[in-house]
Amino acid sequence: MFFKVASYSLLYRKFSVLLTILSVALSTFVLLGIEHIRTEARESFSNTVSGVDLIVGARTGQLNLLLYSVFHIGHATNNISWASYQALLADQKLAWAIPISLGDSHRGYRVIGTTGDFFTHYRYGEQQPLIFSAGHALAQRFDVVLGAQVAKNLGYRLNASIHLAHGIGQTQFSLHDEHAFNIVGILKPTGTPIDHALYISLEGMEAIHLNWRDGVKLPSQSLSDTDIDTRPLTPKTITAIFVGLQTKMATFQVQRQINDYRKEPLMAILPGITLTELWQITRTMESTLQLIAALVLLSSLLGLSTLLLSSIRERQREIAVLRAIGARPAFVFWMIELEALLITLSGIVLALIALAMATQMAQTFLAENYGLFITPFTLNSAALSVLGIIIAGALLLAAIPALSAYRVSLHAGLAIKQ
Amino acid sequence: MSTPAPPQAVILRDLQFQYPGKATTYALDIPFWSIVKGERLFIQGPSGSGKSTLLNLIAGILIATHGKIEVLGQDLSRLSPAERDRFRAQHIGVVFQQFNLIHYLSVIDNVRLAAYFANKNLAEVTSRAKHLFAALNLDESLFAQKADQLSVGQQQRVAITRALINQPEILIADEPTSALDQATRDRFIETLLTLSIAQNTTLIFVSHDNTLAPHFQHHINLAKLNQAGETHHVF
Repeated sequence: MFFKVASYSLLYRKFSVLLTILSVALSTFVLLGIEHIRTEARESFSNTVSGVDLIVGARTGQLNLLLYSVFHIGHATNNISWASYQALLADQKLAWAIPISLGDSHRGYRVIGTTGDFFTHYRYGEQQPLIFSAGHALAQRFDVVLGAQVAKNLGYRLNASIHLAHGIGQTQFSLHDEHAFNIVGILKPTGTPIDHALYISLEGMEAIHLNWRDGVKLPSQSLSDTDIDTRPLTPKTITAIFVGLQTKMATFQVQRQINDYRKEPLMAILPGITLTELWQITRTMESTLQLIAALVLLSSLLGLSTLLLSSIRERQREIAVLRAIGARPAFVFWMIELEALLITLSGIVLALIALAMATQMAQTFLAENYGLFITPFTLNSAALSVLGIIIAGALLLAAIPALSAYRVSLHAGLAIKQ
Repeated sequence: MSTPAPPQAVILRDLQFQYPGKATTYALDIPFWSIVKGERLFIQGPSGSGKSTLLNLIAGILIATHGKIEVLGQDLSRLSPAERDRFRAQHIGVVFQQFNLIHYLSVIDNVRLAAYFANKNLAEVTSRAKHLFAALNLDESLFAQKADQLSVGQQQRVAITRALINQPEILIADEPTSALDQATRDRFIETLLTLSIAQNTTLIFVSHDNTLAPHFQHHINLAKLNQAGETHHVF
C-alpha cells in the first residue's frame, strides 16, 4: 500500500517526474560513461602491446613513438636506417627484433610493412600470440595479411587481390595500382589496433615504392615483376623496431645503448613506462571530467529535491487526509523518500540501458577512428559503488522535502486552513 | 438495580490548549464536557471559535496543554504518538468539507488505505465497501476510477465509505456539506445519520451553519462551551 501510494503519486505528476527521471538518467549516464571509457581506454591501451620490451624509432617524443608504432595514431616524423636495424640485430642481448614500416594504407586502414617475425613474436593482452582465423603468415612478396576488422568490414576473403594506396586517409589519390596484393591470411580478433591494419612484407612495400620519389609516383615508368626481381628489395629505411630481449634485466642497458648509438640518432622506449606517462598527462583531464560529471549529478539530484519540495506545498491537503485516516508522520516522511528512490532508480535503469546500448554502438566507431577498444558496458563493482553513492545522495537530498512534509504532517489534521 | 451512567464516547476535563509560541492566550479552555456514546451531536461554532482545535484534540493529532481527554475510555495523553495515530485509524472516522480523497488513487484504494492504517484485513475491505456503496447509493463501477474524476457529491459519499470502513465508534464530520447544494446536502445528512444509527456510531457533526441543527438530536454551541478569551486565566 505504501509503495502504491508513492508510485501513484509520481504517476499523477508524470511530466515533471519524467523530466526529473531523464535528468537523473543523463547525469548517471555521463558519470558511468566517463568512468567506463576511462578504465576501458586504459585497459585497451595496456592490452595492445605485451612482450615487447623496447620500441626503437627515430628521435621524437616518447609518446609519439609509442602512439604511431603501436597504436597507429599520428605519423612518424623520421625513419631509421636499415643499417641501424642490422646493427641492433647483432646484439646478443636481443631475442628478436621486428622491423615495421608505415606510410601506406588501404581504404582508410593502415598498411604495415614487417617481417614474418611479427606474427611469431608479437604479443597482446596477457601475452597472447596472434592467431590466424584463416590462411597463414606472409610468404610471397605480394602477400598481405588482414586484421580481423579489416576483413570483416571490407568483406574480404582469402585469395582476393587488393591494391594499396600511398599515404594515410580514406581518399586514395595515389594508388599503388601496378601491383596487386594477394590475401593469404586473416587474423583472429584481438581487440587491439592490429584488427584494423593490413600487414605486408618489407620487400613488398619496397617493391611498390620503386618508381616513387618523395611520395610522388614517377611518370612513364612502369615496372614489371621481372624488373622488380632485378632490383634490390632490401628497404633503406624503416619506421620503428619492436625489440624482445633475452632477459628483462638488460632492458635499461640496451635502452641506454640505443639512445647512445652514434651513427644515427635513435631512441628506445619502454612501452609500459611510456603508457604511464600518458596516464599522467590525461589524469588532470580525467579528474576534470569526473568533477564535471559529479557536479552534473549533484545538480540533477538537487532538481529532484526541488521537485519534491515544491510538490509538498500543493500536497498539504493530501498530507492532512493521510494524517486524519491514521498515517504516522513517519509514513509521510518515507513516502517522500520512496518517491525520490523510485525516481532515482528509474533514472539509473534508464541510464544503464542507454549506456549498454551506446557503448555497443560506439564500439566500432571508437575502434576505427580513435584506436580505442572498449567493451560494452556491464555492471561491475566500480559502477555499483557509483550507483550506491547516487542512491545515497538522492535519499540524503530528498530528506529536505521529506522533512518538510513531516513537519506539515505534525500539525495537519482534521481541519486545515483552506 | 443501579444503572451505570451511560458510557461516554468523549470526556474533556479541565481541558486547556494553547498553540506553541502564543504563551498567553488559550485557543481552547473547556472545564468539563462529554459526549455520550451513540449520540448524534451537532456542534455549531463560527470560524475562530476553536472548532479545528477541538477536533484535532479529540482525534489525537494535537495534545492538550493542560487537562485530560478521554476517548472511548482511553486517556489520549497516555498514548505514544504512534499509538495515537493507530487509535485514530481504528476508532475514528473523518469526513472533511471537501478534498477528502487522495486524488491520484482509485476510489477503492482510498478506502483500502484507511483500512491499511487501521491494520485491518484488506481482503474484507471490498465487500464492506460494496455494502456501504449500496447504502450510499453509489455505483460499484466507481471503484476503479481515480478519485478526482468523481463529482463533489460522489466524493463526499466515498469519504463516508472510507470514514466508516473500519467501523469506527466515532465519526467526525467537519463541515462536510458546505461544498454541496441544498438538495444534496439534506440527503447527505440524512444518509450520514442513518448510517451512524445503523452502525451505532457516535457522530460529531461540526458546522458554522445553524440551519443544519434541526437534523440532530443534540446541539451545542462551541462559543459557549469554550471559555478561552472570555474568562481570564492567570497562568
